[in-house]
Amino acid sequence: MSDRIVLDAHDLVVRYPGSPPVVAVDGVSLRISAGETVALVGESGSGKSSVARAVAGIDRPAEGEVRFDGGAVTALGIRRRARELTAIQMVFQDPSTSLNPRRRVGDQVSDGITAARARGLEGSRPEEWFERVGLDTAAVSRFPHQFSGGQKQRIAIARALAARPHLLVADEPISALDASTQTSVAALMRDLVSELGAGMLFISHDLAVVQRIADRTLVMYGGRVMESGDTAAIWAAPRHPYTRALLGAIPKPDGAGRVPVSPTAAERATWTDVPPVED
Amino acid sequence: MSDILTIDDLTVDIGRPLVKGVSLELHPGRIQGLAGESGSGKTLTSLAVLGLLPRNARTGGSIRLGDTEILGLRRRELNRIRGRRIAMVFQDPSSSLHPQLTVGHQLTDHIRTHLGLGRAAARDRAAELLERVNVPSASDALGRYPHQFSGGQRQRIAIAIALACDPDVLLADEPTTALDVTVQAGILQLVRDLATERNLAVLLVTHDLGVMSAVADDVAVMRDGRVVEAADRETLFASPQHEYTRGLLAALPGSRFEGGGA
Repeated sequence: MSDRIVLDAHDLVVRYPGSPPVVAVDGVSLRISAGETVALVGESGSGKSSVARAVAGIDRPAEGEVRFDGGAVTALGIRRRARELTAIQMVFQDPSTSLNPRRRVGDQVSDGITAARARGLEGSRPEEWFERVGLDTAAVSRFPHQFSGGQKQRIAIARALAARPHLLVADEPISALDASTQTSVAALMRDLVSELGAGMLFISHDLAVVQRIADRTLVMYGGRVMESGDTAAIWAAPRHPYTRALLGAIPKPDGAGRVPVSPTAAERATWTDVPPVED
Repeated sequence: MSDILTIDDLTVDIGRPLVKGVSLELHPGRIQGLAGESGSGKTLTSLAVLGLLPRNARTGGSIRLGDTEILGLRRRELNRIRGRRIAMVFQDPSSSLHPQLTVGHQLTDHIRTHLGLGRAAARDRAAELLERVNVPSASDALGRYPHQFSGGQRQRIAIAIALACDPDVLLADEPTTALDVTVQAGILQLVRDLATERNLAVLLVTHDLGVMSAVADDVAVMRDGRVVEAADRETLFASPQHEYTRGLLAALPGSRFEGGGA
């Protein structure tokens, strides 16, 4: 991991229209260095995906700023994306909707390679990326439906990495996969990203996977980051009551037959009153 | 202990052998866990019980519900058992519930088919069930659609549907994997309580040994189509015998075997 900061987002606020408007993200700041994997965890509705979309420039934040490689990230419009911003790549939850069903998978990975070349980087071949994500290189000429869910997600990862990103934003990239392949795909992403020297924002509700692969973790609740810090330190000694409740709800493989306690509505009501803790 | 569902030397072959002689017994009021990685055959084993294997699957061995052989039954006979005596809950409640039918419709449909209740009686029963699985304002919930509920509530609804006809056996395949951990805890407690209070025999398929440790009474570990180890929960977690089980446990933070083992 280097100290070069690839992503610096500060005081992000994301609102969705409605009456009253929904404040999905309420003042979130985060930094990611090259080679670093930062996890965003929290329950559904906590604002994780909204942060990811603002960071990648899919949605424009109502307030705050996203800086990537020192420049501002502009939101996607109808025009072609600024060339330097193709160094931000995303992997989405469901590979069966993120891959084009009518194009050969090798061609789709080539799109990533083209994006890298447009930024003046060396070319590569789809087969190399297939090999890196653990797929048979002969499969480049097949179509998405000829692969399993886990394999499709590996193709989506290959396509994103072929663009040689400086930042990979992955929003629940493993939750649509068969439960027992989730860990291996997450570990693969982490390894490849750090090999390329890129940063990764990894969003997941699977805390066991996050504990394994993330250098730092941000815990979100109600649109705010309640606790952030070194992953191992948070797991060893969570300080915010929400983090304690979240980690306390993970069942332990100790054979004791104890179901963890689910937090009550009364407990939930107190969490937002406790100020966030940072390392 | 009497057993209600007996799987004996089950084999499933889909082009190649995938389940290679699995034997398991389910007992009323007990949760039998089935662990293992992707491709170990644990889901195929539970699908075989429901007769939901692909058409080209060839099966061998025996699956008995009480004294009745159910492996290889014809669809018409299976339909009298599926949803009535053996029910199932899947990983993703948003794809197992019908998006365009109200919760009440989905809950009363098979109550009326299987139990022959009238519309009003079925509706009363449906409301009771929703209340039992802790879906808030149960009678209003009957008129709403799946998308109007959170993921955890949808899984509670799926469980209510599974329980609607008082089944003897509940098959649950990764029922909490798609949920937040805080929600998972509530669902696990519900499954545990229901097994005990309804004398339900549960087959819980999960890759998560934490979940297994929380609720299963007995645990079987599958690998490559075979059960490599089976024991009661305390024994399995305290002294795993098979190298593969020790490896699975060693990979987990918070287990006694962390960092050690295979």
